Amino acid sequence: MASNATDYIKHHLTFWNSSHQAGNFWSIHIDTFSISLLLGFIFLAVFAGVARCASLERPGRLQLFVELIIDMVNTQVKEVFHAKSKVVGPLALTIFCWVFLMNFMDLFPVDLFPMIAQWIGFTFFGMEPHHVYLRVVPSADVNATFAMSLSVMILIIAFSIKAKGAGGYAKELLTAPFHASNPIGAIILAPVNFVFQMVELVAKPISLSLRLFGNMYSGELIFILIALLPIGAQWALGAPWAIFHILIITLQAFVFMMLTIVYLSLAVEAH
Amino acid sequence: MEFNATLLGQAITFAILVWFTMKFVWPPLTNMMDERAKRIADGLAAAERGKQDLLAAEKRVADELTKARQQSTEIMLGAEKRANQIVEEARETARQEGARLVADAKAEIDQEVLRAKEALREQVAALAVTGAEKILRQEVDAAKHADLLASIKAEL
Repeated sequence: MASNATDYIKHHLTFWNSSHQAGNFWSIHIDTFSISLLLGFIFLAVFAGVARCASLERPGRLQLFVELIIDMVNTQVKEVFHAKSKVVGPLALTIFCWVFLMNFMDLFPVDLFPMIAQWIGFTFFGMEPHHVYLRVVPSADVNATFAMSLSVMILIIAFSIKAKGAGGYAKELLTAPFHASNPIGAIILAPVNFVFQMVELVAKPISLSLRLFGNMYSGELIFILIALLPIGAQWALGAPWAIFHILIITLQAFVFMMLTIVYLSLAVEAH
Repeated sequence: MEFNATLLGQAITFAILVWFTMKFVWPPLTNMMDERAKRIADGLAAAERGKQDLLAAEKRVADELTKARQQSTEIMLGAEKRANQIVEEARETARQEGARLVADAKAEIDQEVLRAKEALREQVAALAVTGAEKILRQEVDAAKHADLLASIKAEL
């Protein structure tokens, strides 16, 4: 493996950034963006393809598999989200599948795609192999996880306003969780309530995205560390960790989906 | 942890994915699955109905069979009775006919006997006359003894 372990780890944890200078906000992680886009299109291609030629009478294996996933998501949505909405089901399905696919990239050998990228960069673009960076697990990038969780937060606000009206939502922000019986008490409690509500609102996307990011980042890091072991010993740790990771990636995708449904149902229901 | 424009790009990708799923994936598939569930439920209900119908039909068939069996038994009993009656009637007729024939024969025989007696009487009388004639030809005159002859003839 790498002669210098620190260099190896650092190289694996560096994004393929469109800009070379660090801290440039308008730069973009090309690896995260393109891989997640590709995975999203794979998801859409499979599901839309099945939806297009779905057969009611004689479903094929792929169709049954897709139906299995949709049925699972639909059951969860129906159990938790009691209001009627056209968005929640598709949203939950997209989150589950997309997050699962992004997490799944963690199960490929850590050096496989970076080495291919280095070879392509060196052969076709004459790049120095050590300066070709590629991180293949989009969900180990905070940008990807926060993009989803902040979108969910916007949806929480939108659902709240739609269900209770702008005035009703504003009133809830100022009068819950502490209720006052007289007007003076209500005025005193309003800022306290507002702070509580804001913390609650902001805590949701942060916990959502950091949970997923933390799990995936640590999983990736452990795979990188395992890759530093002597080649004959790698499987002894790599195989159990990979098998355990199958559980983790599915569970994280499920948790992200489930919490999104729960948050949206909380937003719709009156406190 | 480094935030940059990737976040915006990811959010746009996410929005597109959700929109597309909402438009082309979720509604057709869930509709189809609901439809299938409904069809299965309908099929099961129809099967249940069919089973009930079959049971009812079987019951009706059994009833009809019982009724038909009863009817046939009745018909057989009636026919037997009628046959017995006919046989009885025939026997009676035959008996009467036989009696009549016997009576006729008896009457004819009686008549025949009478007729034979008459003929015999005639012949005996003639024989007696002939015998008497032969006897009397030698000793008696027929004219003289006519009264005697007539009385003998009457006694026969």
